[in-house]
Amino acid sequence: MIGRDLLGIEDLEREDIEKILETAMHMREVGERDVKKVPTLRGRTIVNLFFEASTRTRASFEIAGKRLSADVVNFSPASSSLKKAESILDTARTLDAMDPDAVVVRHAVSGVPRRIADVLGAPVINAGDGAHEHPTQALLDILTVQQEKGRIDGLTVTIVGDIAHSRVARSNIYGFRKMGAEVRVAAPPPMIPADVEALGVKAYTSLRESLDGVDVVMALRIQNERLVGSWFPSVREYSATFGLDRAKLRYARDGAIVMHPGPVNRGVELSHDLADHRPSVILDQVRNGVAIRMAVLYLFAGRHRGGGPFAQQGAQ
Amino acid sequence: MSRLLIRGGRLLDPAAKRDEPGDVLCLDGRIEAVGTDLDVRGAEVVDAEGAWITPGFVDLHAHLREPGQEYKEDIASGGRAAVAGGFTAVACMANTDPVNDDPAMTDFILDRARQDSPAKVYPIAAATRRLEGQLMTEMSALIDAGAVAFSDDGRTIMDSCVMRRVLEYSRLVNVPVIVHCEDRTLVGQGVVNEGAMSTRLGLPGNPGIAETVHVARDVILAEFTGAHLHVAHVSTAGGVASIRAARERGLNVTAEVTPHHLTLTDEETAGFDTNTKVAPPLRSAQDVAACRAGLVDGTIDAIATDHAPHAMHEKDQEFTEAPHGMIGLETAAAVTLDLVRSGELSPLAWVARLSTAPARILRRPGGSLAPGEPADVTVLDPDRRWHYDPAKGYSKSRNSPWAGRDLIGRVVTTIVDGMIVYHVDRGALVP
Repeated sequence: MIGRDLLGIEDLEREDIEKILETAMHMREVGERDVKKVPTLRGRTIVNLFFEASTRTRASFEIAGKRLSADVVNFSPASSSLKKAESILDTARTLDAMDPDAVVVRHAVSGVPRRIADVLGAPVINAGDGAHEHPTQALLDILTVQQEKGRIDGLTVTIVGDIAHSRVARSNIYGFRKMGAEVRVAAPPPMIPADVEALGVKAYTSLRESLDGVDVVMALRIQNERLVGSWFPSVREYSATFGLDRAKLRYARDGAIVMHPGPVNRGVELSHDLADHRPSVILDQVRNGVAIRMAVLYLFAGRHRGGGPFAQQGAQ
Repeated sequence: MSRLLIRGGRLLDPAAKRDEPGDVLCLDGRIEAVGTDLDVRGAEVVDAEGAWITPGFVDLHAHLREPGQEYKEDIASGGRAAVAGGFTAVACMANTDPVNDDPAMTDFILDRARQDSPAKVYPIAAATRRLEGQLMTEMSALIDAGAVAFSDDGRTIMDSCVMRRVLEYSRLVNVPVIVHCEDRTLVGQGVVNEGAMSTRLGLPGNPGIAETVHVARDVILAEFTGAHLHVAHVSTAGGVASIRAARERGLNVTAEVTPHHLTLTDEETAGFDTNTKVAPPLRSAQDVAACRAGLVDGTIDAIATDHAPHAMHEKDQEFTEAPHGMIGLETAAAVTLDLVRSGELSPLAWVARLSTAPARILRRPGGSLAPGEPADVTVLDPDRRWHYDPAKGYSKSRNSPWAGRDLIGRVVTTIVDGMIVYHVDRGALVP
C-alpha cells in the first residue's frame, strides 16, 4: 500500500507501481490535449527543493505540477557545505513551517529525502538522491517499456554502465523486478557494486553475454569526469567495450529497444545513430516523465490534508 | 579514616578468578579486605544485594573533547558519563584542539580531570605532532607528564616508515602504541561498510580490506620492532584473524573491540540514521560473529567504547558530511552483557574484558579487588531493565544508536578511590 512519501521503488508493491502507471496513462491523455491543464491540484503548493543542479528533472516536475494547476515553487539552496548556512534538517523544518502540500527533493547525497521526510509534515517525493534511488525515472522507464512491449512480465532487461554510482540503476532494478522482469547489469568490474546480486540481478563483465536474448537495453550515463582513470581507464576504452552501437545491439533479441535516462554522451554510451533513432526510445521516456510526475503529484500531493484518492488508507 | 563496605553481592574478580558471594571493605581509598565476616565497625554501607561487585571498568578509548570542543563533551561531563557507565577510569584520545602532543597539554588534561572528573583520566598522547603522521612526539617527556600510551587514532599513520620509527621509539618508554587500522586510500570516500548495504543505500562503501590490509602491515611492523602494538576497535573477521595469528606467534599485540562492533551490523544504517555512522563502520553479521568469537577466545583482550560525542547539528547533516562516531560510556555495560546472556562469556570473563585486561594493557593499577589495590569498584544489576534516553544521560551529546531503546543491565553504584561517585538514584557526584 502506498505510504505518505515516495522515497524509493524499494518501498513500493507491484500494485502501487501499477496504480501509478495507470494514473500516468490518464495524465498522458491530458498532455495530448489542446489545453494541457486540469484543475486537480488547484490551491495546492508544491515545492521543488533541488539541492543538486538539475535542469531536466526539475523542468519535468514543474511542468507536471503546472498542468495540474498547482502552485510550484522552485527552491535551490546552496548545497556545498562551505556555502551552507543551515543543515538540511533546518532547511526542511523551515519549509515545513510554510505548509507546502508536497516537497520534491533532489540531493547529491543518498538518504537526504528520507531524513527530510522524517521531520516534514508534507509528503516528500524523491527526485533523485545520490546513488540511492530515482523513483520517478524508473516509473517512466517502466511505462515506456510497457507501451513498447505491451507487458513487463517475462521480459529481460540489461542495464549497462556505471551501476555503482547510479540511482537510476537501483530504482530500475527494483521496479522491473517487481513487475516481473529479469534484470541484468553489465559494467567494467569496478563499476559493479559490492554484493549487487543481493538486489536480485545477475552481473556481467561481458557486454556481449549480458545482451544475449534481452528485450530492453538501458545505457547509463557516464556521470563523472573524475571517474576516468580511477574507475575505468578512458572514455575511449569504455566506448569500445561498453558503448552501444548497432553492431553490438545484434547480440540482443530482435526488436530489442534501447533506453537512456539522458543526457546522452554521444559516442560514449550510445553511438550517434542510436541516440537519435529507433530502436532507442529516449524522447518517449522524456514525454512519459511528465505523465509519471503528474501521476505521482496527483497521488501523493492530492491526498495531503485528507484529500485525494488515497485519503482513507494513507499513513498520515 | 574512611571505611566503606560493599555488602551482599556476587564478587567477580577476574584477577583472583573469584566468583562467589561476599563483601568488599574499602579503607582510605584502597581495598582493605574481601570476603565474608569482615570487621565492618563504623563503615558506610553500600547495599549490593542481588548485584555484581566488580573491579571498576577501565575504558581504553574515549574522546573527551576537552580542550577545544567543549560543546560536544568536556572532562567533567565525560567523567560523569564514565562513572554512570561503571567506568572508574577512562583513557582519552589525543585529537583535542590543540592536540595532546605536548607535556603541557597532558598536564592540562590531568589538572582538569583532578578538578572536574569523578573518573580517573588517563591521557593518551599523540604519536606524531599535530597528528600529522610525520614527526614523532616527545614520548619520554609525555610519559613523565602522565601520558599512558600513544596514538594518532583516526588519523591513521599511513607512512610505513614513520610508523616503524614510532613503534621503535616507543620501546624507550614501554607503553602501547594504539592504532586505528584503516588504510585511508582504501577507505576513500567510504562511509558505510562496503557490501550489500552500501550497494542498496547507494552510499560510498568502506571495504573491510581497508582494515585487514592495515592490521597486517602494523602486525608486521610490531614483529619487526618488538614494540607493543594495540589495535583499536577491530571490526572485521580478517582483522581478528590477523591478530590471532600474531598472538599465536607470540607477538606483543593486544586488541580491543567496541560494544557497537560486537552487537550491531550495517543493517542499522538502513534508515540513513547518521548516529550509526562510525569509523570503522558497522560491518556484516559475519564480521560481528568473528569479533565476538575473538573476544571470547582472548584474541581480543578488551572491550573499549570509542565514546565519540558529536553535537546534534553536526549529526543532522547529509550522511556523507556528518562526523563519524557514537557515544558509548553509559551504555557499554548493558550492551555487552548480551554476550553473557547468550552464554558466550562467563560473567567473570566479561568483567575481565572491561577492567582487568584494559588496566593491564595500560600498565595501570585496577582491574582487581585484591587488598591494597585502589578501591575502584563497580556495582551493577545485570538484570535491571531501563530505558535509555541520551538527553537524560551525562554526556553532552546524544549521538547513540541505542537512543530510545530498552537496555538490560544497569550500573547501580560506582566507587573511585573508596568514594561513592555515582549511584543510579542519586546520580553522579561532583568530586
